[in-house]
Amino acid sequence: MTSDTLDSLVADLTSGAIRIVDLTQTLSPETAPIVLPPEAGQCWPFRLEQISRYDERGPAWYWNNFSCGEHTGTHFDAPIHWVSGRDLPNNTTDTVPPQHLIGPACVIDCSGRVATNPDFLLTVDYVMDWEREHGRILPRSWLLMRSDWSKRSDPCAYQNIDEEGPHTPGPDVEVIRFLIEERDIIGFGSEAIGTDAGQGAHLRPPYPCHYYMHGSGRYGLQCLTNLELLPPRGSVIICPPLKIRNGSGSPLRVLALVPRLT
Amino acid sequence: MSETPGRPKRKNPLLRTRVPLLPPRGRSRVALGLTAAAALGRFELQVCPECGTVQYPPREACHRCLSLDLVWQAQSGEGELISETVLHHSHDLYFRDRMPWRLGMVRLDCGPTLLAHLHCGVAVAPCRVRIVARLDKAGQAALIAVSGRFDICEGAAEMADDIHLREMTCDPRCRKVLVTDGKTALGQALTRAFVAAGADIVWAGCAEPWKRSAGLEEVERLEAVTVVPLDVTNGDSVKSLGAALGAKVDILINNAEVHRPYGIAARYGTEAARSEMDVNYLGLLRLAQEFGPVMRARGADGYSSATAWVNLLSVYALSSFPTHGTYSASKAAAYSLAQCLRAEMQSAGVRVVNVFPGPLDDEWNQELPPPKMSAQALAKAIVKGLQDGVEDLFPGEVAQEWLARWLEDPKILERELAIGR
Repeated sequence: MTSDTLDSLVADLTSGAIRIVDLTQTLSPETAPIVLPPEAGQCWPFRLEQISRYDERGPAWYWNNFSCGEHTGTHFDAPIHWVSGRDLPNNTTDTVPPQHLIGPACVIDCSGRVATNPDFLLTVDYVMDWEREHGRILPRSWLLMRSDWSKRSDPCAYQNIDEEGPHTPGPDVEVIRFLIEERDIIGFGSEAIGTDAGQGAHLRPPYPCHYYMHGSGRYGLQCLTNLELLPPRGSVIICPPLKIRNGSGSPLRVLALVPRLT
Repeated sequence: MSETPGRPKRKNPLLRTRVPLLPPRGRSRVALGLTAAAALGRFELQVCPECGTVQYPPREACHRCLSLDLVWQAQSGEGELISETVLHHSHDLYFRDRMPWRLGMVRLDCGPTLLAHLHCGVAVAPCRVRIVARLDKAGQAALIAVSGRFDICEGAAEMADDIHLREMTCDPRCRKVLVTDGKTALGQALTRAFVAAGADIVWAGCAEPWKRSAGLEEVERLEAVTVVPLDVTNGDSVKSLGAALGAKVDILINNAEVHRPYGIAARYGTEAARSEMDVNYLGLLRLAQEFGPVMRARGADGYSSATAWVNLLSVYALSSFPTHGTYSASKAAAYSLAQCLRAEMQSAGVRVVNVFPGPLDDEWNQELPPPKMSAQALAKAIVKGLQDGVEDLFPGEVAQEWLARWLEDPKILERELAIGR
């Protein structure tokens, strides 16, 4: 049995009519983990320890052990990550329905606003303006907030911490409720270190993206990159996390299928 | 003698680096008592409680009344230099490299007469001198006759350049120092103290640069100070810095530590304890693997050779302080590993100095009542410990008191600490 759809997908991938764009940051010991107060439990940064490299520890093979938190580098947030999603069904990395892990993406470009205001908050008006130009966001879409934040290769600039804590862009409270209740998005993606803004602790409720998205069984992607290579709509992302039993999230490789502009 | 005014010339980097050789290191078990005291900076001799005889060299029995019940007691070292000589020839490879070498006979006021190395500040015999015990390159006690308070007199810096002291202490003057964590108050105090003590360069390590440290930015303005990226939890980071600086570091101060004030019951899980182990124990291992070999190769590299490796441990390494139980355990592990490092560095004459302070006056000891040691006081004690050539440093009154109680009876101390005393 064959599928015309899959056959033509393979043909388009082979011909380049559909490109694959990697939305993933490279994991390395320099990957900056989220900063919490020191008395709190800490997310491990990515660490790599050599097992052997064609040497007395293993003459013909090279391999490493790595360690990191579930929320290190480009990663997926499952609903159980937040207390608001703790009792939902299929809320962990091993039980998330696989069909939720491939879906259409809408990319909202906020890079111009973020360039002058690192604390920029995405609003309902901003989304409505985008929809006037590109059309209504379809149900079960991923909403990816393009900020060009991933261009900040220096970890200090990426974290952007001052005396009042981190300053990074994210959504405001109303837009998250709007995207869930009015548009039924499946997940929210960000280039910054969290889906919520760096100053999101001061919003009501604190960290609204985590609170509402996970509280309604939806997902998060953070530390994305290359969003400027995606069209505002028309691409499809593939984002399966590691199948960790009872996992709250996982580092992952996020790929986008992008039709070539004709 | 090396009467060197000011700074000696730098080593020509094109010349061969001298291989580290050691003075004779064999000692009888009883003679190691002299070494054990010298490791703490003390000059002790055996005293017979039965007849009051003070004896040297150390023996199993009192040479006067044959009593076996001898105790080691601190001595003032005051005495008279009765004769002296200058050695121009030796069959010993270590001393052959360091001729001429001045020696003399000293009659101690407390009785015994002994052969000692003569410091350059000592006048021609006969004259009054004081005997101090130092550790030589082999890590064994050596006795040096000095003149009065040579270490605080005018020209003390030049006096410290005396070949005996330069060989048997770890003076930071004209040396290059790496402080592994420059982000803490202690790291900044250490950096300043080493600059003040005449270090050529002090590198201050900085992990997680996105968490700013105003104190480090201030210290970095000092001309001798350079901030370098170093995260001892990251093998790549340690390896990169070891490759870049390893061959230049003469004194490594490993002050990087994580301290969380919990026992077992007060903190569920292993995450905090693991990060203590990762920095306090594995951090030392990572540093030792990257910096140890190249420092060993430079153990006799002229006037500014690699000379010391300092570990910031804790007096809790001796016996657990239960309310800081996981920290205590990580420091006990680090202490054990530091003993291994000491054995491995000994062959090159690079001294491993273990520092066992009581509680520091920092944010993680906020709930402990005073006395707590300030960062400045500890930094000063560490620099002085290096200048004095000690190997185990218990700085401050709390550390001294714990040490005394631990030496008296570890079991009693354990019971006392269990109820928080």
